[in-house]
Amino acid sequence: MTETLLILAQEAGGPSKVAEAVAEGLSLGSIYALLAMGFVIIFKATQVLNFAHGALSALGAFLVASFATLVNFPGRFMEDSPRWLQWTLSVVTALVAAALIGMLLERLFLRPMVGEELFAVAIVTLGIDISLRNVTNDFIGTDPRPLGDPWGTSILDLGWVSIAHTEIAQIVISLILVTAVALFFRSRTGIAMQATAFDQEAARAQGINVGRIFSISWAIGAVLAAVAGIFVSVFPRRSAGVDTFTAFFAFKAFPAIILGGLDSIVGAVVGGFAVGLAEAFAGEYITASWLGAGFGGIVPYLLMLLVLLVRPYGLFGTEEIRRV
Amino acid sequence: MRGRPLLFTSYESDQSMLNTMTKRVVLVVFLLLLSALPFTGGGAPGNVRLFDWNIPIVGFLSANDWLQLMGTACIFAIGALGLNILTGLAGQVSLGHSFFMGIGAYTAAWLGAPEGPLLGLGLPIWIWLPAAGLFAAAIGVLVGPTAVRVRGLYLAIVTLGLVFIGEYVFRNWRSLTGGSQAGRTFPRLDVRLWKEETPIFGTTENGDWLTANGKAFLFVLALLVIFTLLAKNIQRSRVGRAFQAIRDRDVAAEVMGVNEFRYKLMAFGISSFFAGVAGALLAGYFGRTIPERWDLILSVQFIAIILIGGAGTTSGALMGAAFVILLPRVVQNFTEWLKGAIEEGGIVATIADPLIATSQNDFGLVNTLPGVAPGLSVLQLNQVIYGLLIILFLIFEPLGLYGIWFRVRNYWKGWPFTY
Repeated sequence: MTETLLILAQEAGGPSKVAEAVAEGLSLGSIYALLAMGFVIIFKATQVLNFAHGALSALGAFLVASFATLVNFPGRFMEDSPRWLQWTLSVVTALVAAALIGMLLERLFLRPMVGEELFAVAIVTLGIDISLRNVTNDFIGTDPRPLGDPWGTSILDLGWVSIAHTEIAQIVISLILVTAVALFFRSRTGIAMQATAFDQEAARAQGINVGRIFSISWAIGAVLAAVAGIFVSVFPRRSAGVDTFTAFFAFKAFPAIILGGLDSIVGAVVGGFAVGLAEAFAGEYITASWLGAGFGGIVPYLLMLLVLLVRPYGLFGTEEIRRV
Repeated sequence: MRGRPLLFTSYESDQSMLNTMTKRVVLVVFLLLLSALPFTGGGAPGNVRLFDWNIPIVGFLSANDWLQLMGTACIFAIGALGLNILTGLAGQVSLGHSFFMGIGAYTAAWLGAPEGPLLGLGLPIWIWLPAAGLFAAAIGVLVGPTAVRVRGLYLAIVTLGLVFIGEYVFRNWRSLTGGSQAGRTFPRLDVRLWKEETPIFGTTENGDWLTANGKAFLFVLALLVIFTLLAKNIQRSRVGRAFQAIRDRDVAAEVMGVNEFRYKLMAFGISSFFAGVAGALLAGYFGRTIPERWDLILSVQFIAIILIGGAGTTSGALMGAAFVILLPRVVQNFTEWLKGAIEEGGIVATIADPLIATSQNDFGLVNTLPGVAPGLSVLQLNQVIYGLLIILFLIFEPLGLYGIWFRVRNYWKGWPFTY
């Protein structure tokens, strides 16, 4: 068995190439998983397909950049504390701000749309995306804004594979967040959210404050998007920092959520990692010259089309029951 | 039915397009005004000017640069009519409209562009324009089975995927598209019998008759009239009713004998046909386009057009196209006017000063010196307004401009009574 694996690995260009693709895929996948999880939480709880997720993630990353480097808050009040602590506190501040913005957006633009067609609501978020993205881009300006993260460009070299510290941090942090979300769903509020997702009216009748659940789910979605935004704007992806293209990264999380099914959190995580690995392996191995540049980037979409041909509701999605 | 305009005694009269005298008169006057627009502007000395006066109220539209926008609006209206059939009538949300437009454009380029370093056969417009539509429709029907299997929001995301796949293909097929950021030339909207030198009807500037923009505008306006008739007739026919039945409740439609698969595929085909033609026209209208033109933003623009105009209505698609295409220019002119007003001083300046940043370190929401002072640039302001408009229309007026028009019209019909 091990020999076969070794031979396979040799065929594939040596174990280090495979390991590199796996590392790259896992780190990409963790970003997609975070984005997809945010999408799914918002979709499940509020029935909103959030096209503004990319804008939210860019905004989150920009908030981190401003709190950590521009205004140096709260670092300016605690200059003796270590660098990483200052940065972490800045990130926490930025995440709180992102959560508040997420809640505000929901309250302002999506609460009036409760009960409307899903499609109409989705297009509202498309409008939010356009406006929010342009305002954020204006704040960002023409040059990328560095996030001032403590990892920098350091790389852990194991000999057969080298992996950036940021990538390890990404994978670890996103696993922590996935666990946190899983635990959250077992808490009282989490169960209330599941009830709301199942039936808003029935949940209301049970005394659940549905409006509050909407706010919470948008806050969680915005925080997850912001964390993903941070990971997009650091070393192996865009080392210069958050720029006007950061917002577009989230579009690649769409194949992940479709792969897993729009309303499945497990599916979002599995889909995220699957898409990340597929993209990394395609980028590493499918490099025929006639394919041109950027084939790895569309592999997620091709994968999505294939899965949908077989399972129209994704791998873990619940099939919609159609009644007259 | 003179005297009883709203009394319909047959299905035909109920479904007729122009069922009242007012509608007929308004339409004729409106079309005459539109076709007179190119003849009122200035331009080169040899250009024909039927009128020395400007048409009241819409006179600015006859300026040469505005005419180009009007032409663009006509082309976008053709595309929007197509998306309206798919999304407004059949209820299938598609974000893939720009993908089909791109296919139409590159089909047109292959067939119509003169032979050169890039693919091109130099055929006349009466071949490449229908071919662009038909080929896009064929691709639409080809993609259809995947799209028909999934429904609702899944479909929106599948079509979103199409746009990205299409963009990748367009960027990398260099021999046809000219490659990323470089682009290629497209066949101009010149009518030729075959490959002869001088076109029967050319849209290039040659000093006589009209400006290039004026001629191109007339050409696309004529096409828009044809395509509007086509769209309206599809809507009024058996096929259109089947689409609407599927939109309203697909299972119920199937029970009543509407073949869901067939009609959805048909909706995709028809919509892609319109998109292909619009794409070919758009590329030919500007003459040169990069592969990145056919991106998600273009698709979103079409969604915005039919939502702002009023989903499911033909006139809504037309109004929406004019609105979305002309609005950026209006906003730009308005900011420039405000800037001028600030320099002059007075009461407008007092109001506008906090809104507009005219110099460095001047605080303002909008910045007329890009990249220097804080604040949104005019381009960004336009995008923000456009995003907000989508949101506000959906929240407050889901029927769009058509809904506003409908209410205003009904108010005056019953005036001075409120019912």
